Amino acid sequence: MELKDLLSQKKTSVMKRWYDLIMQTYPAETAMFLQAEKDPFANPVGSTIYRGMEGIYEGLLRETDPEGVSGFLDSIIRVRAVQDFTPSEAVSFVFLLKDVLREELKDDVDPEGLLVLGSRIDALALSAFDIYVRCREKLYELKANELRNWTSKLIERAAKAGGRGQ
Amino acid sequence: MAKAKKPPKPEELAKIDYSPPETGWMDTPAVFKPGTFCYGARPKYLEEVGFPNPREWSSADEDWKLPENWKEIVLEGLGDRLKKYRSFHLFMDICVRCGACADKCHFFIGSGDPKNMPVLRAELMRSVYRKYFTTGGKLLGRHAGARDLTYDVFKEWWYYFYQCTECRRCSVFCPYGIDTAEITMMARELVNLLGCNTDWIAGPVANCYRKGNHLGLEPHTIQSNIEFMVDDIEEITGIRVEPTFNRKGAEILFVTPSGDLFGDPGTYTCMGYLMLFHELGLDYTWSTYASEGGNFGFFTSMEMAKRLNYKIYAEAKRLGVKWILGGECGHMWRIVHQYMDTWNGPADFLEVPVSPITGTRFDNARATKMVHVVEFLADLIRHGKVNLDPSRNDHLKVTFHDSCNTSRGMGIFEEPRYVIRHVCNHFYEMPENTIREKTFCCGSGSGLNAGENMELRMRGGLPRANAVKYVNDRYGVNMLANICAIDRAALTTLMQYWVPDVDVCGVHELVGNALVMKGEKKRTMDLRLEPLPGMEEEEEEEE
Repeated sequence: MELKDLLSQKKTSVMKRWYDLIMQTYPAETAMFLQAEKDPFANPVGSTIYRGMEGIYEGLLRETDPEGVSGFLDSIIRVRAVQDFTPSEAVSFVFLLKDVLREELKDDVDPEGLLVLGSRIDALALSAFDIYVRCREKLYELKANELRNWTSKLIERAAKAGGRGQ
Repeated sequence: MAKAKKPPKPEELAKIDYSPPETGWMDTPAVFKPGTFCYGARPKYLEEVGFPNPREWSSADEDWKLPENWKEIVLEGLGDRLKKYRSFHLFMDICVRCGACADKCHFFIGSGDPKNMPVLRAELMRSVYRKYFTTGGKLLGRHAGARDLTYDVFKEWWYYFYQCTECRRCSVFCPYGIDTAEITMMARELVNLLGCNTDWIAGPVANCYRKGNHLGLEPHTIQSNIEFMVDDIEEITGIRVEPTFNRKGAEILFVTPSGDLFGDPGTYTCMGYLMLFHELGLDYTWSTYASEGGNFGFFTSMEMAKRLNYKIYAEAKRLGVKWILGGECGHMWRIVHQYMDTWNGPADFLEVPVSPITGTRFDNARATKMVHVVEFLADLIRHGKVNLDPSRNDHLKVTFHDSCNTSRGMGIFEEPRYVIRHVCNHFYEMPENTIREKTFCCGSGSGLNAGENMELRMRGGLPRANAVKYVNDRYGVNMLANICAIDRAALTTLMQYWVPDVDVCGVHELVGNALVMKGEKKRTMDLRLEPLPGMEEEEEEEE
């Protein structure tokens, strides 16, 4: 069977195992809530993660390059970049997919096929790292902007006052 | 000398333990992660208002420089408050830990930290209450859910009670109506007894106490800031509005948060007020003394909040006005609605507010004599007293964020929507479980809108941003309107992180754009001095 077909066939079980593993990165009480609450507005973290995972998996299935799934990676990482995670923990969910696929596909795919798949996930992980850094940079930028907006208002006023005096 | 740590081997690196610690909540002390907490208050701010224990300290330090008898002070303070506030005593006893509140807090939803569940946050204090104030807790200790007040527990209180914005969403879902905000208020009063306030709150309190407003703007600065807005209004409309300051004998005193006087987009909201009042020919005055509607004292202690609130009635009396009109602010209105009359009333020197334009008597404000500007405007629109051209806002697809304080704190739901529908043609609601009394907080209320706790703010604001993203994706919403000064500042930053296509404005900015003023020139710019889409094309055609 083609790798693509196999991935498609295994989608439900892979997604479930992957989601469970990601949930284990949260405290037990939180994981229960994230898994049980289906309303996307009551549970934006759980629903964002799941939607992002689906997009990433579809991308993997269709052999989309990391650029093509960056929006899905971004949606998950943007959340985890402001939660209580170290940088490695925040992007760890990408590597968790590698573990799951290895387990799920070990009897159906030869080692070389797994290596190819592994490399593609590694490429996603590198892209995840870029996105994480962008999110953190954005936070610093926002902090700086809030401060700068105060001073820029003063300067703008001073300039106007100067203009008015002329 | 400490032994150098060996670098990990590749196989060790690969074995990252993703799972969190499994100790119970009582045994897991708070870890102060940068980005989630505010800086400690500087001594000068505490000294200026006579708060206890002013000293140089940092909330990230091990030693918080507490007085020797800190534990005694906290327990005595807790006992005093249990006697003074029956509601607080009830809230300490009554919770059955049903969990209805657990997943309703924006901080829990966004952070995933179980100590942000309102039930557990309150339990941080209840466990200490049980230990020292209940027989069961004294005798059975941990078996009765009681624990000692230790240095770590005190720090844990500080950490988590400054991760609650007192928004009261959890109380909407509590079958007993427990108001977690009140528990947070008490906790903040207690940490304040040891001088453990945040700099972001203590600074505005001291400024407000000395100069009448959080920003510390002096009378001439307030006046010149408003004059700059007057210049901008003239540039946009060709009309020079003429506000007055500290004018005795005016019919109405107008009070608004000082954020409207200085920070964008608050200033555009302020321009909207100025234009509306001019157009109505309202006999009103600004005060450079009662120059703050907000009250950061409310985030320290009831006594401090009362002291800061006092100036509004004092100024109304000094100027001899008949009643007070209040601008778009959040916690200002919760204070007006729930506390002002008790603290500083009765305002028997004022009259029950009557709109001079429509004759409507605002009986709902007969105790405080203070009317919300959106309520005032909704009445004017209902009577057809303002000329509005909503098509000037046609480039905007607007949604409305209910501020926690005006919605859950006083029940203003319809008036802002009524106004928005008259000044805009494109209005879209966010999902039902994220608006009105179930609205999600901006994540920066109750004095948490500092810069150093940005991660916390982004977590707390995630549920709100998620609902905005939905209307942005579905309807192309590009403007998030609201009636709160902290929202205007905080949501702007929040949107830049989560939904960068969406901008933020006060309702009166939309009003100012739509308002057709007598004798105005053709509008080509909006209140931000940016070209009004559609209008600039006509200009080119004319050329």
